[in-house]
Amino acid sequence: MNIPLNITKTIHDWLFSIMPEGVATVTEWVIVAAAYLALFAVAGLYLVLLERKVAAWFQLRLGPNRVGPWGIFQTMADALKLVSKELTSNANIDKFLYNLAPYFVILSSLIAIGVFPFSRQFQALDINIGIFFLFAVSSIGVIGILLAGWSSNNKFAMIGAMRSGLQTISYELSVGLSMLTMVLLTGSLQLSEIIEVQRTGGWLILQGHIPAIIAFMIFMIAGTAETNRAPFDLVEAESELGAGFHTEYSGMKFAYFFLAEFINMFIIASIAVVLFFGGWLSPFGITDDITWFPETIWFVIKVLGIIFLMMWFRWTFPRLRVDQLLTLEWKYLLPINLVNLVLMAIIIWLNWTI
Amino acid sequence: MSYFSDIYNGIKTLLTGMSVTGGYFIRARKGSITQQYPDNRETLKMFDRFRGEVVMPHNENNEHYCTGCQACEIACPNGSIEIVWDRQVDPETGKKKKMIDKHIYHLGMCTMCSLCVEACPTDAIVWAQNYENSVYDRKYLTKVLNQPGSKVKAGIED
Ligand code: SF4
Ligand code: SF4
Repeated sequence: MNIPLNITKTIHDWLFSIMPEGVATVTEWVIVAAAYLALFAVAGLYLVLLERKVAAWFQLRLGPNRVGPWGIFQTMADALKLVSKELTSNANIDKFLYNLAPYFVILSSLIAIGVFPFSRQFQALDINIGIFFLFAVSSIGVIGILLAGWSSNNKFAMIGAMRSGLQTISYELSVGLSMLTMVLLTGSLQLSEIIEVQRTGGWLILQGHIPAIIAFMIFMIAGTAETNRAPFDLVEAESELGAGFHTEYSGMKFAYFFLAEFINMFIIASIAVVLFFGGWLSPFGITDDITWFPETIWFVIKVLGIIFLMMWFRWTFPRLRVDQLLTLEWKYLLPINLVNLVLMAIIIWLNWTI
Repeated sequence: MSYFSDIYNGIKTLLTGMSVTGGYFIRARKGSITQQYPDNRETLKMFDRFRGEVVMPHNENNEHYCTGCQACEIACPNGSIEIVWDRQVDPETGKKKKMIDKHIYHLGMCTMCSLCVEACPTDAIVWAQNYENSVYDRKYLTKVLNQPGSKVKAGIED
C-alpha cells in the first residue's frame, strides 16, 4: 500500500460509480494520458535545467540563476518564449513531412514512457512484451529525425539526419543485444516481472555479475548513442552542421525535438534502472516495511543517478568522427556483446548466478 | 592481441578524463569562475593579463619612457598608433634629439593583439585592465597617450 495506489484507486472507483463502464474506461484513459503528458512536459523541462546546471558545474560556471531562486523557473520561461515564437519555414520544403516530423519524435518518446513501472501501481500499461515494446517504440523516433532532415530542404539538416539513421541502426543492435543478455537472466519481457525477479535475488547487475556488468557498460555506451547525445551527437554537431536535423525548425516544433531528446535520456536511464538496478525496489529492502514511503522515490533517485552519469559523459568526452563511431560499434561493441550473450547463457546453464 | 589492450587503454583513458571533470564538478561550488558583472561592478577586478587598452604610464614627475622610436607604430598591423614627433634641443646636453609630441592611439581600431607592447624597447606602453570602454562618440576613442607637458625620463635612451 502506498500513496499513489490510494489516489488512483479512489479515482477509479469514483469514475466507475458515476458513469457507465465504457465511458468510464475512456475517461480513465484520457485522465491517465493527460497526467502523463503534464508530468513529462514538466519533467523534461526540469531535466533541461538539470543538464544546464550540471554542465555549468562541470565547467566551473554557475549556470542559470536569474529566473526564480537558483534559476528554477529558467526553463519554464524558455518554454514560454518558444511557445510564443513564430513558426517559420523556408521555401521549397515538403510541408506535410516537415510538420509531421516533430510529432513522430515526441510521440515515440511519450508512448515509451507509458510502460515503465514507476512503482508497484504507478504503471500505465503492463504488457507482457514490455522490453520489446519499448525497444520497438523508441526506434520510431529516428523516423522523425530522418523526415525532419529530408523535408527541410537544407543540406546540413540532410547530412545530420543521414548520420542519425546510420548511428541509430548501428547502435540499436548493441542496445538490443545487451537487453537480451539481461532478459536471459530474468526469463521474462514483462517489466513488472523483471522487477519481481530482483526482489528475491538482488539487483540483476549483482545476480549476473561479470556479464551483467559488461552488458551494463555496453548499454550505457549504446544508449547514449541512441539518444544522440554527446559524445555521439554527430547528428547535431554544431561546429559542422549548424543545428543538424532541426536547423530549419523554430518555436514549439524545435521545442518538441529538444524535449524529446531529454525524455529519451530519461527513457534510456529508466531502462537501465529496471534492467540492472531493480527498478523501484529499495536497496536491501530498507523501505519495504515503511508503508507510506512511495516507491517512486527510489525509482527517481536511481534514474537521476544514471542521468547524471550520462551528463558526465557528455561534458567529458569529445565528439566522435563518423568512422570512429562505426568502428566502435561494429568492431568492439557488437563482438563483445555477442560473446557476452554466450557467456551469460553459460553462466545461467551452470547456475553460477548469485 | 592489441585488440584487447586497445579496449583496456580506451576504458582507462576515458575513466581518467571522467575523474578530471568529476573533480571539477565537486569543486565547482567553491571555485566558480563566473563573474556576475553588473552586480559586482564595484569589486570586480580584471586579471593581470587582461587587455583593456594600451596606456602609457607616467611617474610622479610627469615623465614617461617613450623615446619616440616608432617601433610600436611599425609593429601595429592596422595602423592604430600614430607618433607625432619632432627634433628638439635637449636642455641638459644641448644636442638636438627626437622626441614625441603626441603618441596617438586609436582604441576603436585596436584589435588588442599586443604587438605594440611587445615591440616597445623601453616598455613605455603597457596594458590597462579597464573594461568599460564604450563611449557615445567615436572621437573619444582616439586618445593621446602622453600627458600634456610630459617629457621623456632622463637617461632612458642609454
Ligand atoms: S594592440 Fe595591436 S592593434 Fe592595438 S595598437 Fe597595439 S599593435 Fe596596434
Ligand atoms: S611607445 Fe615604445 S615603441 Fe612606441 S615610440 Fe615610444 S618607445 Fe618607441
